[in-house]
Amino acid sequence: MIPELGNFALILALLLAGAQSFFGIAGPALGRERWTAAVTPAVAGQFVMVATSMGCLVASFVANDFSVLYVAHNSNSALPLFYRIAGVWGAHSGSLLLWIFLLNCWTVAAAFGTARLPREFSARVLGVLGTVSLGFLLYTLITSDPFLRVSPPWPDGAGLNPILQDPGLAIHPPMLYTGYVGLSVAFAFAGAALLEGRLDRQWARWTRPWTTAAWAFLTCGIALGSWWAYYTLGWGGFWFWDPVENASFMPWLMATALIHSLAVTEKRGLFKSWTLLLAVLAFSLSLVGTFLVRSGVLISVHSFVASPGRGEFLLTFLVIMIGAALALYAWRAPLLKSESGFELTARESFLLFNNILLVTACGTVFAGEMAPIVSLALGLGKLSVGPPYFDPTFLMSILPLLALLPLGIHARWKRGGLGGRGRILLLALAAAAVIGCAVAFGVFTGAGVLSPIGMTLGAWIIISSLIDPIERLRRRISIPRSVLGMTIAHIGLGIFVFAITSVQAFTAEQDVALRNGMSARDGGYTFQFKGTEAVHGPNYGGVKARIIVTRDGRPVTVMYPAKRTYWVQHIVTTHSAIFIHDGSNILVALGQDLGNGRWSFRLQVRPLVLYIWIAALIMAAGGLLALTDKRYRIEPSSAEAAAKALPAGGRTQ
Amino acid sequence: MKSRYLIPLGVFAVIALLLALGIRQAPRKDLVPSPLIGKAAPVFSLPSLANPRTLVTSAQLRGHWYLFNVWGTWCISCRMEEPELLAIARTGVVPLIGLDWKDTRSDAITYLHREGDPYQKIAFDPGGLEAIQWGVYGAPETFLVNPEGIIVYKYIGPITPGAWRRDFLPRLPGGHAVAGS
Repeated sequence: MIPELGNFALILALLLAGAQSFFGIAGPALGRERWTAAVTPAVAGQFVMVATSMGCLVASFVANDFSVLYVAHNSNSALPLFYRIAGVWGAHSGSLLLWIFLLNCWTVAAAFGTARLPREFSARVLGVLGTVSLGFLLYTLITSDPFLRVSPPWPDGAGLNPILQDPGLAIHPPMLYTGYVGLSVAFAFAGAALLEGRLDRQWARWTRPWTTAAWAFLTCGIALGSWWAYYTLGWGGFWFWDPVENASFMPWLMATALIHSLAVTEKRGLFKSWTLLLAVLAFSLSLVGTFLVRSGVLISVHSFVASPGRGEFLLTFLVIMIGAALALYAWRAPLLKSESGFELTARESFLLFNNILLVTACGTVFAGEMAPIVSLALGLGKLSVGPPYFDPTFLMSILPLLALLPLGIHARWKRGGLGGRGRILLLALAAAAVIGCAVAFGVFTGAGVLSPIGMTLGAWIIISSLIDPIERLRRRISIPRSVLGMTIAHIGLGIFVFAITSVQAFTAEQDVALRNGMSARDGGYTFQFKGTEAVHGPNYGGVKARIIVTRDGRPVTVMYPAKRTYWVQHIVTTHSAIFIHDGSNILVALGQDLGNGRWSFRLQVRPLVLYIWIAALIMAAGGLLALTDKRYRIEPSSAEAAAKALPAGGRTQ
Repeated sequence: MKSRYLIPLGVFAVIALLLALGIRQAPRKDLVPSPLIGKAAPVFSLPSLANPRTLVTSAQLRGHWYLFNVWGTWCISCRMEEPELLAIARTGVVPLIGLDWKDTRSDAITYLHREGDPYQKIAFDPGGLEAIQWGVYGAPETFLVNPEGIIVYKYIGPITPGAWRRDFLPRLPGGHAVAGS
């Protein structure tokens, strides 16, 4: 009964999404007030239906209803309740439903957020969101219904993929999806502006908080995914340029570019058509990412098993959605006029470089992502593109970006120049170079060329970001939250650059085979193997090793790397032991039983690696802080008031 | 000047075309690498499903081509696959060796009695330990093993008539003549 209810609610949601899409776009276009007014009820109705459907799927999982094929495939009565719920998004159909559910959450938020904006604009935004939802609901109902029954019911489920049975992974997909889907709001704002054929600075101000919010969630989601990969996949890496990682990283790069381009559009009324294009591309890339993961075109550790038909449907949907948006762009964007020009050294130029470099970085990732597909399409066989391609090409566009950042945040709008901050920036650079070289050559040994450069850049970004807030504090000028948020996000980036440089240059790792009582040295630490013992869990069994870690004869810690065998699927997972000591992550992963009491281990000492994820969270926190700025609050009558009095450019933000 | 606004659309059209061509190639399962292909099949010695006192062993199968099919009565896809397995058995091209996986003896015997039995021999693996040796992730999975005991091909999911013609037959010597059957 419950699965049928869920399925029925999903069908009703589809109809309501159709209504929302039609009334939202046709209402304002034909000037029919009553059509326009029908959009909000359709949004509310669709949300209730999708939430009901989601609730039904969760209920089926909680109740262990193995007559539902999707539940039977992805759950098991031995699974703890927490992972039974996480099982909802453990595979294809349910994660699509989660996608739709989050889209509806964002749509409801957008309905509230645009309630005080002009009615036609709000209706168009909701209409575009309804169209996206319509496509995904159709896709789900036609090719991937999560509520399909199976007869006879399975006696027990096949269980959730064990590598998904981890708190990090249980929360990482919803977080990432919230970011992906959140970009749909910026996309809808762009769509509404294109449909209206009008775009002003206010539009940019309305769009900014939504973009920043989606970006912050995306940042958290990627960081969580990377952290999960680091500690569960067992070999201590944190970024693999895996197709699915790239699929989340490309929208992130675009969203970052969009945030900066929106700043120019809001402050100076420039880059209008470019901003629109970025908003369209950011969301398009998250759609393409969804497609790449689900179509079977790419083979990745993350790929869901593809069934024929799904890929074709998604591609058709993609072509209609993105094609329509880009066609609309080609038609309407030429109408948008930029309001003024700017000097070469103005902040506008720096933000333009920021955009060009970020889009280039995204393009190189995209090219790497597409290369296997192109090779497949042209019948050249399977090809895989890995770090040897991604690392250098990505650095080529990111290094100049990092070098320009400290100048960009201090450059003045329009007229250009650093406004007398040239000297202090140079001082900051000198200080950063001292810190960078001291850490690269003093604290560590064996530094290459890139590590002092990377560390100097990281330190320079941090120091130069602090100049403006410190000056404001000294002069007792209040700091708007948007400026504070930007500063925090940039400091986060600086920490990130510093940490990742240190990790790339100074990681010590090796694979060793140890017999009970033997020890090995790595990164200045001594690891002594003290035998193994059995472990027992609710739905798994396994073995853990005891490793005593010492440095210079002094005890540091005892670590227990483990391997688990999940009974239901007979899959072995690795559970590395991680200990943080003096800013370094010590990781020990248990490898194979080599017989005669010998086991293989991976030992790894990664300095500052923890700060990579902390930095990502700082960036996200900066974004979330910025969007609470007063500027973005829309007061009851501000739509009219703001139209009269546009804020002057100036040095704020 | 206006044509530059068409560039994104043009680029997207090219990408979409490539993706469409990519999809057409995607179902080619032989492009999915399996670590076991080209390696020796696991050595096993398991009780027979029909008679627990007799054994099904890899040694008996040495010198013959065989299809090693992992199945269970609880597995819905295996039931879907059953008619095709019966059809393959009728052609006599290659013997089918079953691995009844995580099943009960009575369920399996009743099922085969009712639906027909395509297998020459069936090994019984109620605990699922043998399937681990073969790297089985889910049923059904089918391995093609050559007379030297090397896994030549692995197929995931129910075998379709198309997959049989396209993926299995060309790998068998001459597509027909098979020793031992």
